[in-house]
Amino acid sequence: MSSRTAPQLGFSFEYLMWIFTRISGLALILLMSFGMAAAFWMGARTQTDVGTLMRWTFLPNPNHVVNSDIPDITLGWATAYWQIMQILIVFFAAAHGINGVRVVIEDYVGQTWWRAFWRGLLFLIWLFILIVAVYVILAS
Amino acid sequence: MALKRSVGLKGLRYRGGGPMLAWSLHRLSGLLMVILVGTHVLASFFMQQTASDLGTSLNIIYESLYFQVLIYFVIMFHGLNGLRILILDTWPQLLEYQREVIWLQWLVFIPVYGLTVFIMIQYAASSG
Repeated sequence: MSSRTAPQLGFSFEYLMWIFTRISGLALILLMSFGMAAAFWMGARTQTDVGTLMRWTFLPNPNHVVNSDIPDITLGWATAYWQIMQILIVFFAAAHGINGVRVVIEDYVGQTWWRAFWRGLLFLIWLFILIVAVYVILAS
Repeated sequence: MALKRSVGLKGLRYRGGGPMLAWSLHRLSGLLMVILVGTHVLASFFMQQTASDLGTSLNIIYESLYFQVLIYFVIMFHGLNGLRILILDTWPQLLEYQREVIWLQWLVFIPVYGLTVFIMIQYAASSG
């Protein structure tokens, strides 16, 4: 086994990402539950079938429910509530997922400059995802 | 952290049992989600902004029953397993019972996922 530096005590990038992974995972579950609850509050019990409700829960996107009988689809991302919900979901999901990919890659990459390369590349991919997602949500 | 020697497929002989299965499925489902959901987002983006045919045909795959059965397994397993990891990380004294907790996890997952698949198949059969 190639020797590696001992893990730092205290707050390091890896420790913070470890905590963030747990928090973001829980946040995603809670956000999706809130989305489903809000859909029920807006009348999903009588206006949609189970499939439509499930597609709205994963995730709240008007394009997921275009073929349903919902009276007013344009409400989808026009309200601030759903825009903020969707941006939060995308932020947590992108960060959680990209960090997961980072963990898998770092299992195979040593502590050479390749690690810095992969971390930089993944950071850029994460930024790209966020910028495109926020644009799509706000500009629809 | 990479090893200098090559382990190859000998790792498959490790008898890790339930915990190893949960770990492998968690990693596999996470990677599948990144690839599949990422492709879907990209395809939808190009479908909406450029009326792309490739985007449209990719998204048609996502609407098929078989794909949705797979994606629901992937999402629900990763979420439920992640919740178990979170609980075991918050209360580490429970780690002593990790095998039993994983049994419990499957006991919860199989009915919930089974019900989901049942509803999906019923819907597809009645109006597919």
